[in-house]
Amino acid sequence: MREIRIHARAGQGAITTGYLLGYAYFLEGKYAYAFPHFGAARMGAPMNAFLRVDDKPVRIRSQIYEPDYLIIIDSTLMRDFNCLSGLKEDGIVIINAKDKEEIPKVKAGQKIFFLPANEIALNTLGRPLGNTALIGAFASATGELKLETLLEVVKQRFQGKAQEGNTQAIKQGYEYIQNLKR
Amino acid sequence: MRLFLEGSRAVAEAVRLCRPGVISAYPITPQTHIVEELAQMVANGELKAQFLNVESEHSAASVVLGAVATGVRAFTATSSQGLIYMSEVLFNIAGLRLPVVLTCANRALSAPINIWNDHQDSISLRDSGWIQFYAENNQEAVDFHIIAYRLGEDKSVMLPVMVCVDGFYLTHGIETVDLPEQEMVDKFLPPYKPLYKLDPDEPMTMGPLVDPDYYMETRYAIQETLKNTLRLIPKLTAEFAGIFGRDYKDGLVEEYYTKDADKVIIAMGSVCGTIKDVVDELRKKGRKVGLLKIITFRPFPYLRVYEALKNVTKVAVLEKALSLGALAPLAQEIKSTFFGRKRAPQIISSFIVGLGGRDITKNSIKEVFRRLNQREVSGEFIDLKPELLKEEYVG
Repeated sequence: MREIRIHARAGQGAITTGYLLGYAYFLEGKYAYAFPHFGAARMGAPMNAFLRVDDKPVRIRSQIYEPDYLIIIDSTLMRDFNCLSGLKEDGIVIINAKDKEEIPKVKAGQKIFFLPANEIALNTLGRPLGNTALIGAFASATGELKLETLLEVVKQRFQGKAQEGNTQAIKQGYEYIQNLKR
Repeated sequence: MRLFLEGSRAVAEAVRLCRPGVISAYPITPQTHIVEELAQMVANGELKAQFLNVESEHSAASVVLGAVATGVRAFTATSSQGLIYMSEVLFNIAGLRLPVVLTCANRALSAPINIWNDHQDSISLRDSGWIQFYAENNQEAVDFHIIAYRLGEDKSVMLPVMVCVDGFYLTHGIETVDLPEQEMVDKFLPPYKPLYKLDPDEPMTMGPLVDPDYYMETRYAIQETLKNTLRLIPKLTAEFAGIFGRDYKDGLVEEYYTKDADKVIIAMGSVCGTIKDVVDELRKKGRKVGLLKIITFRPFPYLRVYEALKNVTKVAVLEKALSLGALAPLAQEIKSTFFGRKRAPQIISSFIVGLGGRDITKNSIKEVFRRLNQREVSGEFIDLKPELLKEEYVG
């Protein structure tokens, strides 16, 4: 089983991020279970979305405490929370951040990637919603999902301009990490 | 068709496939997505139904009462305060023998206000005459709605059915669901034909004043009907399996490794998934543990529970609700099941978990198995935070 934890503020699209990733896994023949946990249940309040993936139906319903992968949509959350808590020894973190001023300490086997997702989103979508760029980065950083599957998800989920913009955002997020890995 | 759907959307699709003529609801978290989806379907013309926006849950329940009384299939959904605000009407719906189907997106009750999941809302309606199903996952949530209409509208039943779906865990949980084809649902669920209906051309009265000469018999009738319902549910689930290919066995309980178990947890709803994972883990270590999932809580399947647990030594009743000042509701039923019986578990312990959305982890479940030892315990809270109990109003 793979466990993914997403950190965001309510309204930043964490649920959609979980859904899109889960749908990509679904299209690749896996079973996924995506669900949110709201803190204060207010726009802007810290919240989590969770995603579990397995080859058989996912039955466990608890929150995720020891994730394989972390996606941090809003890096300001890291000021007050240990967003990396419980990350597996060989876990991978993807952070939506422009610069790397505040690099969290990670263990030897853990990997951390920074992606200027909001910048990519502004260029591709005209709005600072970095979710799809982050999904592209996730596929590249983890090797869990094919880029084509993500593009198929966008094709099915979005239409017109949004489809065009999100396709570009996913590709750019993917390529950004591919370049870092080189 | 296998789809990756949010639970609320899956429930809305199931309701659409059941072809209700009237839908009425008032928004409340975590139920709202269900009726939003249905409202959209009506607006899009995908569902030929009347969607009535009302000013309260009391009115929503009244609308579906009236609709079914005139012979139209109807649907409503709610949670928490909404459900208990409906409660006056819900007792009437059952008393009038109107087969309404209602989704309860389970949520804690106020005060203090809390939008997260537990079972206190639907459990509080256990004496209302409504049949209650509890879903473990979104596939069950879909299937139980289809079974609910067929069961409630059966001429030998004519009672309302509440399908209880855990708020957030299921309503906002996105997972794979096999959505049935319309033809399959049509084959299983014929159009609603009531025995009696309100019709201006043939006037009749429903729900008049009934004096002491007649009232008791109306209550007796519901009580007897519910006993018989326990025999009908297995027949319907068998027929359901034939058409849809999913077998819920007798539809009353699900036994998970109970046959040779010496320790069994009894629970309802989505937490059963977490318990199954723990049972698998412990079984790999050679521990003889199991789960008895209660699907039908009303009417309560005493005989099935007895059969399933009579040879088990230690039983833990795990529940997300209380009867404040008394033994917890599900524990009461399990204790009653074995009262005066020669064959019975040596220990029936009762545990409270997950109130107001307190996360239930694998460790919570393992803790229950650990505490299920020589001494019987009653209403022990799991995952309580002692540091929060140092207030003047406690004890």
